Amino acid sequence: MTTTENPTNAPAPEIGRDRRRKEDRRLITGRTRWTDNQAITGLLHLSIVRSPFAHAEIQGIDTSAAKQVPGVVGVYTAADIGADAVQLPCAWPITKDMKAPQRPALAGSRVNFAGEGVAVVVARSAAIAKDAAELVEVDYAELEPVLDMEDALKDGATLVHPEIGTNANAQWVFDSGEAGSGGSVAEALSAAEKDDDQVVIHRRFRQQRLVPVFMEPRSTVVDPTGEQLVMWSSTQVPHILKTMLALTLGLPENKLRVIAPDVGGGFGGKIAVAPEEVVTLLVARKLGKPVKWTETRSESLLTAHHGRDQIQDLTIAVTKDGIIKGLDVKLLADMGAYLGLVGPGVPILGAFMFNAIYKIPAYRFDCTNVFTTKTLTDAYRGAGRPEATFGIERMMDEVAVELGIEPMELRRKNWIKHEEFPYTTVSTLTYDTGNYEAATDQALQMFDYDGLRREQQERRQRGDVKQLGIGISTFTEMCGLAPSRVLGSLDYGAGGWETASIRMLPTGKAEVVVGVSPHGQGHETAFSQIVADKLGIAFEDVEILHGDTQSSYRGLDTYGSRSLAVGGIAMVKAAEKVIEKAKPIAAHMLEASEDDLEFTGGKFTVKGTDKGVGIADVALAVFAAHDYPEGIEPDIDAHATFDPENFSFPHGTHLCAVEVDTETGFVHLHKYVCVDDVGTVINPLIVEGQVHGGLAQGIAQALFEEAPYDESGTLLSGTLVDYTLPSAADLISFDTANTATPSTTNPLGVKGVGEAGTIASTPAVVNAVLDAVRQYGVKDIDMPTTPFRVWTAINSAKGTAGRGDEADVASPGAGLGSTASDISKGDTQGGHL
Amino acid sequence: MARIRTTVDGLVYEDDVEPRMLLVQYLRERLGKTGTVIGCDTSNCGACTVHLDGLSVKSCSVLAVQANGSEVLTVEGLERDGQLHPVQQAFHDNHALQCGYCTPGMIMQSIDLLGDNPDPSEHEVREGIEGNLCRCTGYQNIVRAVQDAAQKMKPGAHASTSSSAAQPVAGGGA
Ligand code: FES
Ligand code: FES
Repeated sequence: MTTTENPTNAPAPEIGRDRRRKEDRRLITGRTRWTDNQAITGLLHLSIVRSPFAHAEIQGIDTSAAKQVPGVVGVYTAADIGADAVQLPCAWPITKDMKAPQRPALAGSRVNFAGEGVAVVVARSAAIAKDAAELVEVDYAELEPVLDMEDALKDGATLVHPEIGTNANAQWVFDSGEAGSGGSVAEALSAAEKDDDQVVIHRRFRQQRLVPVFMEPRSTVVDPTGEQLVMWSSTQVPHILKTMLALTLGLPENKLRVIAPDVGGGFGGKIAVAPEEVVTLLVARKLGKPVKWTETRSESLLTAHHGRDQIQDLTIAVTKDGIIKGLDVKLLADMGAYLGLVGPGVPILGAFMFNAIYKIPAYRFDCTNVFTTKTLTDAYRGAGRPEATFGIERMMDEVAVELGIEPMELRRKNWIKHEEFPYTTVSTLTYDTGNYEAATDQALQMFDYDGLRREQQERRQRGDVKQLGIGISTFTEMCGLAPSRVLGSLDYGAGGWETASIRMLPTGKAEVVVGVSPHGQGHETAFSQIVADKLGIAFEDVEILHGDTQSSYRGLDTYGSRSLAVGGIAMVKAAEKVIEKAKPIAAHMLEASEDDLEFTGGKFTVKGTDKGVGIADVALAVFAAHDYPEGIEPDIDAHATFDPENFSFPHGTHLCAVEVDTETGFVHLHKYVCVDDVGTVINPLIVEGQVHGGLAQGIAQALFEEAPYDESGTLLSGTLVDYTLPSAADLISFDTANTATPSTTNPLGVKGVGEAGTIASTPAVVNAVLDAVRQYGVKDIDMPTTPFRVWTAINSAKGTAGRGDEADVASPGAGLGSTASDISKGDTQGGHL
Repeated sequence: MARIRTTVDGLVYEDDVEPRMLLVQYLRERLGKTGTVIGCDTSNCGACTVHLDGLSVKSCSVLAVQANGSEVLTVEGLERDGQLHPVQQAFHDNHALQCGYCTPGMIMQSIDLLGDNPDPSEHEVREGIEGNLCRCTGYQNIVRAVQDAAQKMKPGAHASTSSSAAQPVAGGGA
């Protein structure tokens, strides 16, 4: 490699290169550091006794039999270790009057969801702990479960937390009329009702409950034997966890060290201060011994936080030729039994995204968060934005059907044109860059949109058993969380900055300590590429250190597609400082004036000459420190914090074709194309991988996954047998591509990619499924659109619409078979692009 | 307690184990073979996949005592003289892993699959790894990697990558 063999030559740029990952070697050979691998002499194991009931009073706990088991060190109820007095933190009080009931680390007198911990067993081995946990006798008096959000808000409803007097957690409202960023929706809707040239369309969509299902079950090891108590945890947020443990438990923060070693996936599911982490810590401190807790998959599905779960009521006013005049959004969001770390704020992240890529003159968002006796909900990949994107992109297709307008054409009529950027939206965000036309044109071409529409028509006319459906999602998202001042204005409990430190080693290599930590994203590779370019050193010579609060003492961790768009910029700033600090020393070494120096390709040179010294030479010079200028420190290490001034706004066009077997209801993915604009791409291989994985999760919401509860409040998808993650056989190969309008709000021009695929894909798939079966009179199908649901929808629609052969198979282009009868066919625009 | 004797990644071990101990627990907790991991409790995820006498098994579904007298190969035993197995190499080359948690099982299953079917179609790869779940990659690059490895493992393919493939342990076969 030229960069290492010939360090005096400028290395080829790393940014944009499809580097294979540094991380891989360990992972493909089994040399890993998962938390559960941790083995310490004298390590004890913890098992948690959990409630089988959704809502019950605890009348007594008998631990005597469990305590008799050989190898059991202790059996503790909440009161024994003070776990009932703990208030696990919620960092996002979205309104001043938000109701935040106490969330204990173990339930004291009442359990509020099935799976809540009520006691713990500590033993020599995990097997003994589990056996003994079975012997703990808990006497429960069952209470009514609270399961339905609308019922929960009715007068006289059973209260999850009687002490707060309501099941409503908070109501959060944005109104563009009041904010001054647009008109009044109430006025827009009433004007539309009176106007013959406008229609008002209302739809209700259900965002089902999902489980993140990171493949590595959560695990925590706490070692209290050193001066600093050490917690290893499978977490996305070691820094937040450390600070929150200190605040929650009243421990001095300087006595805590948190390590996130190798973490096997997170997807938002490991953004938490988990009760199990707190309990493990409490028990370890009590015993003065290291203690490990590792969950089973069933425990994980039951108790690690869930995501989504909203009822969405959307009302849109639109002219008959397809121009949106106003959008009203009412949400009910299920918090579950307690508030998670950022749970109440998750639906609020969607408040800024329902208007999506469209120019909407009036907008209102009104969300009520509701407590139920279910597992709590919190961030899951996309957090609030997939829900919003689903709502608006489903609605766009509904509008297209109602008006008989080709669905892409409808979107084109309403989206922000590329020459209109920067554009301030009705929800007050300023989109810096984007080009929806470019991404869409490329996607349509890759997809062969017209060809597939033709095939769809042909299958319809033939009355094919397998009908084709085509779905669109033109999405944007806000990521790179987040400008600290914006978070402050939203009452979030922390900032959104990120930090990086660069330590220049005497041999010319660099250690880069970062505040964000990965769980599959490839940080070590992508960040090395950035730093290598900025410092002009070899990719291999950069080491990325993360996930240990002892080395990385300052950081706000990984979520919201922020690692690159915020953390990456901190690295750029730190590198600039290294160069700034090295400059006077280089000038001294070259006996030149600083003003005459330029830095390129890792080397300071005197302008107009071939005299120069490399950054490695300077690093060695300050290590020896025999000869350096007066008045400065012999040190070129640097630390930088970057607080973004704006979010970044990736966008893209996703097109999905499905084949629906009208006899079985089975949905087969036929083709999936997406063109995403994520700004500057650091590593195309990693970007593509992030999109693939994101698509799989979004498609899984559309087709496969849900976490339903029965009428007694028992989770029905408590194992991987019932919670049906897609396998390789359930998915197809996706055609992905990128367009790029670099972000103008950060020096790399990056936007973030971690959540894009998940946010965009769900509505594309559901729109496609409906597009295939609307011809039979089907209006909607709840997610996941399983064969049973699709079959039922087709058959019941046929039943109500009369005979199947009366289906409208001749509708124009879009195949939008069920155009509403009150819309004049004269408005139909034909459907071909 | 039952006494078992197994060969794991080429080394012979003799241990007393509880009859109920799972093979995956034995590997992780007794032998320190933490390269093999646990992802579920219902035999659905495949994260624990190893080879038992040349066939892929979910080591959470096998008792340690059932491995008595057998040869076990884990992901940690694939490298030969510092040379990655072609399937490992292909996973790296094709970016077929993100968090890497499913990867050991995925690699062991893929090797077994290629033992049965040295030149699988995309569909056959997808069916062949159906019992191994990955939450990160969407499988596309895993499929690519398996097909890439298949090409490299073909007789006459580049010698430096095919050397370890020639090892009998690399094959599955049913
Ligand atoms: S651990 Fe999931 S199949 Fe073995
Ligand atoms: S790479 Fe993370 S589960 Fe497969």
